[in-house]
Amino acid sequence: MNFETDQFRLKVGLAEMLKGGVIMDVVNADQARIAEQAGAAAVMALERVPADIRKEGGVARMSQIRVIRDIMSAVSIPVMAKVRIGHFIEARILEVLGVDYIDESEVLTPADEEHHIDKHDYKVPFVCGARNLGEALRRVAEGAAMIRTKGEAGSGNIVEAVRHMRTIVKEMKQLTVLGKEELVHEAKNLQAPLELVQYVALNAKLPVPNFSAGGIATPADAALVMQLGAEAVFVGSGIFKSSDPEKRAKSIVKAATYYRDPAKLLEASEELGEAMPGLEISKLESSELLQTRGW
Amino acid sequence: MKPKIGVLALQGDFEAHRAPLERAGAEVTEVRSAAELEEVDGLVIPGGESTTMLKLLEDEQLLEPLCRFGGAKPIFGTCAGAILLAAEVLNPRQPSLSLMDLTLERNGYGRQIDSRIAHIQISGRPAEAVFIRAPVIRRVGADARVLAEYNNSPVLVEQGKHLAATFHPELSPENRVHEQFVDKVRASLSEQLN
Repeated sequence: MNFETDQFRLKVGLAEMLKGGVIMDVVNADQARIAEQAGAAAVMALERVPADIRKEGGVARMSQIRVIRDIMSAVSIPVMAKVRIGHFIEARILEVLGVDYIDESEVLTPADEEHHIDKHDYKVPFVCGARNLGEALRRVAEGAAMIRTKGEAGSGNIVEAVRHMRTIVKEMKQLTVLGKEELVHEAKNLQAPLELVQYVALNAKLPVPNFSAGGIATPADAALVMQLGAEAVFVGSGIFKSSDPEKRAKSIVKAATYYRDPAKLLEASEELGEAMPGLEISKLESSELLQTRGW
Repeated sequence: MKPKIGVLALQGDFEAHRAPLERAGAEVTEVRSAAELEEVDGLVIPGGESTTMLKLLEDEQLLEPLCRFGGAKPIFGTCAGAILLAAEVLNPRQPSLSLMDLTLERNGYGRQIDSRIAHIQISGRPAEAVFIRAPVIRRVGADARVLAEYNNSPVLVEQGKHLAATFHPELSPENRVHEQFVDKVRASLSEQLN
């Protein structure tokens, strides 16, 4: 696998620039401007945030082009948009539109239950979700230039994001102490290419930046996943489903920078108003879980 | 003595600057506060989103300490960092530190799909330049000196103690631009001693 091609370096390069930042879900140009004003490093252009997708049900697809276009012209920061897992045509359309990153996302209804998009074949970079190291490395093998842990989108509950980040970090640490012949066996267990497993064993990190998503609702949540190993955070429903989006957006931006500084985290947590309502994961039917989508 | 160089670590690819600065002989530390800024001999403002950094600089009241620092000690800005150092910023207009007499247009090449790796010449020797949603320098003031160009516009500029690149030398294996900055910090240190 060649990570040294100019195209792949540029894709990972933009992910590098987003580190320490917050990527916020927005559904229109006004929200995009609020996000940019609050210090978002990028926005994710959507028709509905995950909490609404969950509530309203039905098939969730790529957003209307008009919504994405409006958001692209409203802000100067990078704009991302989501496509359904395996929907390589939605991806081609967003590439031509000129979005800066595509999220092949479990939040939308999958278009293919066996295959993800061959992301090497695109000039636009892709981010994909993962719950464990095997899933992360399979996505990287397909050409993802950024991984985000999935968490449980639209839940307002951080427990799944924590589980997924801890799992990936623990599985990476375990590889670093294995011998060469054990890595071959481990590649089989992880269902991931050996050379990626060898890369992780040598470097104790993924070959691409590793961000966190799915359930981040407070500045404390953001700092928690960053201390566990996330290099940046995606906040979906957590901002615009709260009582004071502007203030919450700003405070989460501050928490992503000062995630190791409890005094700054206290400042960020003052007078925030109501967070989004949260869901208990164990009360969800397994068919309602978004994180199990992706293969 | 090793010069101590800080990397502004509010947001962006600040970690990527550590290795090239250390290879160039500097001691490297992350800077997130005015107190940490006072401890260093030179500062790198990395790539990232200039609007995000600007917001945090405003909210944390770091703009004024940064301007004061730049009056006395060297700063090296790459991409978003170069935007913050400029006197004037376009597309859209936004405030900046005004430490170098430059006009920069944000996202001057276009969106991510227009990002590119180019081959340029620095001081007559070939070098690689990684441009990511990069700005374009539209005007260079009389006191600034162009050190490298791409497509007939400046991409590496120095003015007095300061250095600005619209590309990302921290993402290329070669080390010359960081060496150049560490030299500037050394020169400024010996100036202060005399």
